[in-house]
Amino acid sequence: MALITDYLVQGCQMLLVLLLAPLLTGWVRTIKAQLLRRRGPSPLQPYRDLLKLLRKEALLADSASWLFRVAPYLIFAALWVAAALVPTFASGLLFSWTADLIAIVALLGSARFFLALAGLDVGTSFGGIGSSREMMIASLAEPAMLMIVFTLSLLAGTTELSAIAQFMLTAEVGLRVSLALALLALIMVAIAENARIPVDNPATHLELTMVHEAMVLEYSGRHLALIELAASLKLLLYLSLLGCIFIPWGMATAGESWTAYLIGVAAYLGKLALGGFLLALFETSIAKMRVFRVDQFLGAALMLGLLGALLLFVSRSR
Amino acid sequence: MNALGFLAVTALLIVPASATVVLMLAPGYRFGARLNVSAALLSLLAAITLLGWRPEANLYLRVDDFNIYLIVLNNLVSFTTSVFSASYIAHELETGRLTPAYLRFYHAMYQALLFAMNLALLANNIGLLWVAIELATLITVLMVGLYRTRAALEAAWKYFILGSLGIALALFGTILVYLAAQPVVGEGLPAMAWDQLLAKADAFEPALLNLAFVFLLLGYGTKAGLVPLHAWLPDAHAEGPTPISAVLSGLLLNVALYAVLRFKMLMSANSHALAPGPLMVGLGLLSLLFAGLMLYRRGDIKRLFAYSSIEHMGIITFAFGMGGPLANFAGLLHMTMHSLTKSAIFFTVGHIAQAKGTQRISTIRGLTVTHPVLGWGLVAGVIAIAGMPPFGVFTSEFLVVSSTFARQPLLALPLALGLLLAFGTLLWRLHGMAFGKPDSGPVAPVQASILPMLTHLALVLIAGIWLPGPLVAWFKNVAALLG
Amino acid sequence: MHGLAFDIAHLLAGGMVVVSFLLLYQVRLFALINVFALHSLVLVLAVGWQATIQEAHHLYVTAGIALIFKAILIPTALHRIVRRLGIHRTLEVVGGVGLNMLAGAALVALAILVMLPVTTTADVLAREDLAFALAVVLLGLWLMVIRHNAVSLVIGFMSLENGLVLAAAGARGMPLAVEISIAFSVLIALIVIGVFLFRIRERFDSVDMQAMDSFREGRRR
Repeated sequence: MALITDYLVQGCQMLLVLLLAPLLTGWVRTIKAQLLRRRGPSPLQPYRDLLKLLRKEALLADSASWLFRVAPYLIFAALWVAAALVPTFASGLLFSWTADLIAIVALLGSARFFLALAGLDVGTSFGGIGSSREMMIASLAEPAMLMIVFTLSLLAGTTELSAIAQFMLTAEVGLRVSLALALLALIMVAIAENARIPVDNPATHLELTMVHEAMVLEYSGRHLALIELAASLKLLLYLSLLGCIFIPWGMATAGESWTAYLIGVAAYLGKLALGGFLLALFETSIAKMRVFRVDQFLGAALMLGLLGALLLFVSRSR
Repeated sequence: MNALGFLAVTALLIVPASATVVLMLAPGYRFGARLNVSAALLSLLAAITLLGWRPEANLYLRVDDFNIYLIVLNNLVSFTTSVFSASYIAHELETGRLTPAYLRFYHAMYQALLFAMNLALLANNIGLLWVAIELATLITVLMVGLYRTRAALEAAWKYFILGSLGIALALFGTILVYLAAQPVVGEGLPAMAWDQLLAKADAFEPALLNLAFVFLLLGYGTKAGLVPLHAWLPDAHAEGPTPISAVLSGLLLNVALYAVLRFKMLMSANSHALAPGPLMVGLGLLSLLFAGLMLYRRGDIKRLFAYSSIEHMGIITFAFGMGGPLANFAGLLHMTMHSLTKSAIFFTVGHIAQAKGTQRISTIRGLTVTHPVLGWGLVAGVIAIAGMPPFGVFTSEFLVVSSTFARQPLLALPLALGLLLAFGTLLWRLHGMAFGKPDSGPVAPVQASILPMLTHLALVLIAGIWLPGPLVAWFKNVAALLG
Repeated sequence: MHGLAFDIAHLLAGGMVVVSFLLLYQVRLFALINVFALHSLVLVLAVGWQATIQEAHHLYVTAGIALIFKAILIPTALHRIVRRLGIHRTLEVVGGVGLNMLAGAALVALAILVMLPVTTTADVLAREDLAFALAVVLLGLWLMVIRHNAVSLVIGFMSLENGLVLAAAGARGMPLAVEISIAFSVLIALIVIGVFLFRIRERFDSVDMQAMDSFREGRRR
């Protein structure tokens, strides 16, 4: 019986992230529009878009190979698994031992790899530009992410996200510079990875600057729907990651009562809403940076991560 | 007894300080120059008084065997320099290089510098020592930039940046020393006082002291012009007014070195700390060899002697780094001899540059014919600084070399090489300037006060021939203190 | 050392290292000055906190002086100088920003490696403060090495001095004489710097040290 409940809760989490992801994207768009004094679409608009895309015919370029057709499914699968692994409303779920930070980084990395391949596959110039830029960003964002993982795991003594989240709830963490640095670096990485504003703009198709949109330009129909959904999942994943590591309060532990789970869900929704709001606020208040500055931006994230790991040795000497 | 000593110490600080204030306010450069000379004379008298009547140390100030000799030397040279400066500055005013307003500032700063150096030497507190040296740095920066030419400002700016860096590193070292002392001596002022520190140094944390000494050596070493950090020195000497070059070379470098030596004593007093000797030997040799090589290509006469100062600071650092009674003795003697000789040379060079209207070596020819007194003065000075008998520099250099040969023959080789290099270059340069055929440059005699130069050279000469017994005993005593 | 007091001291001192890093990252002059003001502000908080937990009231004076001079007056003055002199607003950096920051990280590692083994006997707080202070000092030095512009040299130097003040505040019971003198020296330094910058502007077309460096012995007269 307990096993079934565990499966159930884990399944709930998988469904929850899948269902919430478009809503989060829509929420950010709505807030952004309102901050710009536009009425903006309803937060539910992404669901309608996805449904519409799913109903449409998928057109393929003549030069597209099987890879181009397979990539969306792979990307979607990888991101869904990754997003479902991150503790959202409860920690210590059935599969939490797989929710390893390094595993998540690897899943994200393989999704990116396929996306870049697909961008190259059709052979148009935009796809190529997008892929090469994406790889440039990745080459800096991934080491930065690993530095953050390093810092966190040194601190908590594990790379398992559930355990980290539980560790963060204890008092022995204290205020640490390293944590602040890791938070800052993680936010920077998240912005770059999700193609948000100072690095990339998700709302334009301007060839000079676009990165993510350039790669998916050739997709249509259900393929595009999957990729869009995957992108939303990624945003959700990063926000959940930030939430479960840095604001773990309110999260339920596995095996607790259903009310605890409900509180956990409510807290999770609150965190997401807050995160989305802050993201929209940040995006409206800052200008897009030149592509050539992106490496400096991410270099700074990498350095912050490195610094965080270094400073850890000072406070550990206590 | 002690009351007189206390009065003398107070006078050493109060006289220059109040002279600074008066000179700031007083118009008229003639009055300024006279006041400058008399204030310096008063300080000198006070310093001499200290020889006989020594006050007790308190938490801030202290007079002991080591610093008293530097205090006397310091005030002696600053007095003679003030005499030289009076005649030098008058000429600068005539040629319009300086205006009366700047002169007032110059005299005030001169006394302020004297105050800072006296404070540094008298301080019984490593914090106070630091403050005094910082003050001296800031004042000399202002003095070096006095002419407001592009080159002078560049020199001053460079000096300012490097000097501040050195000062900053030294402060970090000072804080580390305090941290090492604090568990043993207790919190507060006593943990910064020399006598307390030296008495209890053995119980300090050696690793902390080691680190502190590295910072202090680099920091105060910058001020002493030791080689990797010397870049400010030639510019500052060449572009500032010549009396300031004399004071810089003759006194300020000594003060910085004094600080290093004090901390070296602290290191030696702790039996577990790193031996400071090899570090100092290395830096000293490096300075000596580097300066010896650089001397060759100098085109500017003041720059030439500035590099010579680096060379001699190298020799002194080397000697103290070797340690032991004989080498320390040689180092102390060399410090004195270099101060006297180098300031005498700068006095001469100042007048020569004024007479010729240039500092360029290639246009200075046949001085012994056109300006016999200055020419022969330069000859005597250069012969002395190059280390030829019968001058005192020879004695001290000989002692350094012979003690090194006795203990570390391998180290003596680069030492001798550096000395020979500098020797050859200086004499070669001197030959052109003093004996070459006079060219068509100005030959008008310049109103020079040659007394300061003669006094210094005579002192160096006497020291070379006969060192008074009490002085030798004194030096031996201090050499033993230095360990 | 009880938890929270230590944590806050740690956070503030570590914050200074981070802001030092931000100084390395800046490529615009005004941004550099603003970040320096932030650096000083963090210093003020750190020193103030040390004053509270050590119950060393003279440190409040140090903090106050730092607040007035370093966090307010000097940045304002530098803003005015830059505006009045019409100095180039963007900075030239030797090497890339990324490379410099990597070197900076290496310096922080060096500071920690050097400081921690030698201070095993000191109390935890002083020890940590000292390691951070050395890191700030080294980063300030590095900033001075990689920037040739005169204003950024000055800022590098002052951030270095902030590190020294942090070290002095962390050393328990260090007498006041030194701290006042530090603050005082900054004041003097400001005067000297101000005077210099203005004169340099009068005589030269730029306050760029590179331009001044090209003027050397041998090419003279």
